[in-house]
Amino acid sequence: MLNQFGSLGRAMLDRLAGIGRAGGVVWQSLVAKPTPVVMFPLLLKQIYFVGVLSLVIIIVSGLFIGMVLGLQGYTILVDYGSEQAVGQMVALSLVRELAPVVTALLFAGRAGSALTAEIGLMKATEQLSSLEMIGVDPLRRIVAPRLWAGFICMPVLAIIFAMVGIWGGALVSIEWLGIFEGSFWSNMQNSVDFSEDVLNGVIKAIVFGIVVTWIAVFQGYDCVPTSEGISQATTRTVVYSSLAVLALDFILTALMFGDL
Amino acid sequence: MRMRWIEIMVGFFMVLGVLALLGLALNVSGLKLSAQQDDYTVHARFENIGGLTSRAKVTLSGVQIGEVKSIKIDTQRLVALVTMDIYSDIDYLSIDSSAKILTAGLLGEQYIGISVGFEEDSLKDGDYIDDTQSALVLEDLIGKFLFNKVNN
Repeated sequence: MLNQFGSLGRAMLDRLAGIGRAGGVVWQSLVAKPTPVVMFPLLLKQIYFVGVLSLVIIIVSGLFIGMVLGLQGYTILVDYGSEQAVGQMVALSLVRELAPVVTALLFAGRAGSALTAEIGLMKATEQLSSLEMIGVDPLRRIVAPRLWAGFICMPVLAIIFAMVGIWGGALVSIEWLGIFEGSFWSNMQNSVDFSEDVLNGVIKAIVFGIVVTWIAVFQGYDCVPTSEGISQATTRTVVYSSLAVLALDFILTALMFGDL
Repeated sequence: MRMRWIEIMVGFFMVLGVLALLGLALNVSGLKLSAQQDDYTVHARFENIGGLTSRAKVTLSGVQIGEVKSIKIDTQRLVALVTMDIYSDIDYLSIDSSAKILTAGLLGEQYIGISVGFEEDSLKDGDYIDDTQSALVLEDLIGKFLFNKVNN
């Protein structure tokens, strides 16, 4: 009985220590004298890996999600004779919820797991220790560019996702289901507010980007440097970031749109 | 060569993001780039605004000439006080214009329709429209109808 309490307490203390180390990693890698000449090419490379290579999956899934929203919205709204409102429905659900959340989930699966595996393997093959040996701080050289790249790419990807999804919805409802184009767009423009809806969606995406990248980079940096440890760290990255994104989404939605 | 390719692709990615944001701003949310302070505001008091919301259309003969800015209760008279933004180029609404709350279609959104009167002077910033007609509330209508039936 006492032993169980002890192990519970130890597990909690381990978690707390993990959170502390995660904070330390971010603090040490981001808060330092900026060295743009060294950092900028590294950052560009990471934006390429994290952002540009994620474009295809983001665009394809955005397109299909928009098309499904258009189709589903149409079949429901046509019963009430208000199928013109499908544009409003597609735009609001994409801009407010689906674009940030689905992009963050895809981002965790596509880019987050890769970041964890890469840094974890660097640790397992002692590349991080070698960097330290030759006097280069691995947090500044390896971790910081990846963190910044994730922070920058995630909102951009979410914005692209929303725009492509709305085009997908427009394609289905205007071209295939025959909704009048003018009322589709004007209904959308009347109901979507730039600061209320679009900017709040972008704020969500920025928060999710920070959380997902942070979890991914820290799990890689803190993993047990064996092949099994790397695989566990990669799994943890995807699971933790998905849970964090979904929980944070509720909190942010309640703060932004709900009058809680 | 490889670095150059990465630079080009990152640039393309960023441009794509900015273009998508512009699309969201202009095409999806209908943000107007023209300055807001060009518009002037006009107030009107209504007995009942029905389902009118802020950002609803203000029209003249069905053409949009502005939008509803805010809806408050006039604490002196205890009626709804609606503030409208009218586009600055619409400077020919006479001071005896009237405002009605209308409904687009049977179940559509509600908007304000302005009818111009006969006076020479036109409405200026901060003026009140005195002649107003409230929203048509279905329950009131049915109530009146039933009341008449009983009386007959």
